[in-house]
Amino acid sequence: MPEITADDDGETIDSGPPTGDGSDSTDDGDGIQIDMISADRMDGMRTMEKIRLILDGVHDGNIVILEQGLEPEEESKLIEVTMSEINPDGFTGIEIETYPGESNGDNGFIGRLMGRDNSNKLTVIGPANRIETLHKDETLISTLVTRT
Amino acid sequence: MGLLTSLKSSVSRATSTLFAGSEPKRIGIYGPPNAGKTTLANRIARDWTGDAVGPESHVPHETRRARRKENVEIKRNGKSVTIDVVDTPGVTTKVDYKEFLEHDIEKEDAVRRSREATEGVAEAMHWLREDVDGVIYVLDSAEDPFTQVNTMLIGIIESQDLPVLIFANKIDLEDSNVQRIANAFPQHETVPLSALEGDNMDEVYDKIAEYFG
Repeated sequence: MPEITADDDGETIDSGPPTGDGSDSTDDGDGIQIDMISADRMDGMRTMEKIRLILDGVHDGNIVILEQGLEPEEESKLIEVTMSEINPDGFTGIEIETYPGESNGDNGFIGRLMGRDNSNKLTVIGPANRIETLHKDETLISTLVTRT
Repeated sequence: MGLLTSLKSSVSRATSTLFAGSEPKRIGIYGPPNAGKTTLANRIARDWTGDAVGPESHVPHETRRARRKENVEIKRNGKSVTIDVVDTPGVTTKVDYKEFLEHDIEKEDAVRRSREATEGVAEAMHWLREDVDGVIYVLDSAEDPFTQVNTMLIGIIESQDLPVLIFANKIDLEDSNVQRIANAFPQHETVPLSALEGDNMDEVYDKIAEYFG
């Protein structure tokens, strides 16, 4: 999985594979680390492992991009764990964006039984105080990322 | 959620419903902060029991604990449906105590409110996974419904196979746009209303009886 760091000039630098434990943040004030996590990497993980991978990155000020989005139950847990980690003058939560779901009503139990899964969508997650959504529609997510 | 877990969950829900008998169904009122959830819960509770559920406010996260009004009996067309109304804190992915300072709240109180708000959101999510039989999803019809929280919450509700009604609240506001909400979630029925003014409550109660009776 590549790790891409954007510098002040907006250029991107491939800085090699991360360890995945969030301890290798390169946020030194000159750039913003973006962790792009592949579907393969997430596939073998349990819910809490996924949530920790995401939140550890976000706590380090990184932008986390998931090739494949979370399941609804995992999103529910992500909100719950995020809330438990918010503290005054520190972590204020997350901003999360995916493309709006297809509104076809097939996402319930029958839909899953029939193999229709609506979770495989690119997802962007970042610290609430560093990422702001400028525009979102079915085909485009435009976000402003700041170093704060 | 895996298929087996889904199957287990659905069977469990079906079984509990089958053996619930005449137990009132717990209907959770969900939605983002400031959508008018408590105003709606109070309107329903006052109309049918005479009591309120909790205080209403324009300050976000005024409701920081789930509150339940039990045995609300709604009579429609010669039949009656009894529900427990659960008013939940507004769901969000971020809480910053500084937002409360903008409402002339002192820092110490703002920090306390923000801490309680985070606990309330977590509690609301827990209720949604474990303890409600149906959902009324309340949206401010003057606001953009295409938010991530709305998308995620509707997805979570659908994944739980819960019956859901979408209430487009605040139709008394000039910027209200009910069609925008109907377009955002066409797979669900959207009911326009003003919980504050009591507009269109007859249809609201008809739909509650139809969906949750």
